[in-house]
Amino acid sequence: MSQSLVQIRGVKKSFGTTRVLDGVDLDVAKGEVVCVIGPSGSGKTTLLRCINLLETYDDGSIKVDSVEVGYEDGSGSRKRRSERALAPIRADIGMVFQLFNLFPHLSALENVTLGLTKVRGISKAEAKDRATHWLTRVGLADKLQSLPSQLSGGQQQRVGIARAVAMGPKVLLLDEITSALDPELVGEVLSVVQGLAKDGMTMIVVTHEMTFARDVGSRIVFMDDGRVQIDGPSREVLANAASHERLKSFLARIEMKH
Amino acid sequence: MDYHFNFNFVWRYADKLYWGLLLSLEIAFVSILIGMVIGLGLALAYTGGGRLVRTAIAAYVEFIRNVPLLLLVYLVFYGIPSAGGFAYDAQTSFVATLALYSGAYLVEVFRAGLDAIPKGLIDAGKSIGLTPWQRFLYVRMPMMFRIVLPSLSNVYVSLFKDTSLAYVIAVPELTYGANWIKTNTFRVIEVWLVVWPMYLVTCYVLLHGLRLLERRFSLVRR
Repeated sequence: MSQSLVQIRGVKKSFGTTRVLDGVDLDVAKGEVVCVIGPSGSGKTTLLRCINLLETYDDGSIKVDSVEVGYEDGSGSRKRRSERALAPIRADIGMVFQLFNLFPHLSALENVTLGLTKVRGISKAEAKDRATHWLTRVGLADKLQSLPSQLSGGQQQRVGIARAVAMGPKVLLLDEITSALDPELVGEVLSVVQGLAKDGMTMIVVTHEMTFARDVGSRIVFMDDGRVQIDGPSREVLANAASHERLKSFLARIEMKH
Repeated sequence: MDYHFNFNFVWRYADKLYWGLLLSLEIAFVSILIGMVIGLGLALAYTGGGRLVRTAIAAYVEFIRNVPLLLLVYLVFYGIPSAGGFAYDAQTSFVATLALYSGAYLVEVFRAGLDAIPKGLIDAGKSIGLTPWQRFLYVRMPMMFRIVLPSLSNVYVSLFKDTSLAYVIAVPELTYGANWIKTNTFRVIEVWLVVWPMYLVTCYVLLHGLRLLERRFSLVRR
């Protein structure tokens, strides 16, 4: 893999004495959909949050499109970028959250236009067009003026996706985006993500949805104990699961939940 | 009981009550406005500041909240000028006192409001590339405002009622006007029977207005 869009090298992080990430290496090429799976506490979400520096990390490097995200380039001591300097870099890294995190005081439309007008500097009219386009795309054309409290979980999450994608990010980070949804609402959200994958959106997806990982993911990354244990093409990884003890027991456990 | 009510004396001097009420409202308005600036500024400093800043702010809050307002009124009007060798008029002094007093209460209100903003919303703001200032303006402030509105209503009404203490340093607000009429006409019961509903109705209107504001900015549309 010569030119990775996302390049993660030797990332380490501890919360107190607990090591959450223990030297993670990961490459994501443009257009790839990488599904990160693993038991809870394995560091999946932390890794995702390190990519746009919602979490700091103690050691290692994370580059998106050749730009070191959280820390200023240059040798010597690691200097964390200021929040101001981070803002334009983060704008190119979309994120969708497990608990949606929609701005509750803004309508669905305003949730999407906020970043477009304030960060991208797009005119109000054009931002509204673009937001309407994306909200229509996720099936919410009739909910533009609704407040988040008026929407179902699945609808809120689709607004969350529209908000992230409308910014035109280079890569989209999805953090267990269906975990907080009622089972019958999972499908509507995943089909939106599937559509984005077809369009060639680069995505890193932390998920427990194995069917999705198999059918939509180009690769599966299995994490355990803060390290990448297995990294390979989705179907291959799942087909050979029997030969990997940890993956096998992990899959058996989530199988039981479903 | 053969007391004969006679409100004529009260009506004759009604302008004292009318102008008094207006002055009470003006004092409350200006004090609260300054108090809001103090409260918000210190709440932000507290949330983002180091230990020294936090200790200083906590000291201000405790010092003000744990003494009677009346004592502060005397302290600011008589104490500070005599110690500093200068003088200011009673109204300015009272506004300053009430502003400091409301500031101490509002720091706590705003701080609680800032703390209550779900962390996920700040993350969401960061993730779409908002700068700290933009997050403050478009996410934290609007959210905090909505969270604290119900408690603000209480503080506002209680501060409006506190303006009656300005009477002790002869600021001609509503209670002072009432007391003037009482002293000059001896119609004690009549005066208070008129002033009572004046406070009552004003507070009620204030609260009702704030309720409307709460509903207007509700996060849940009915």
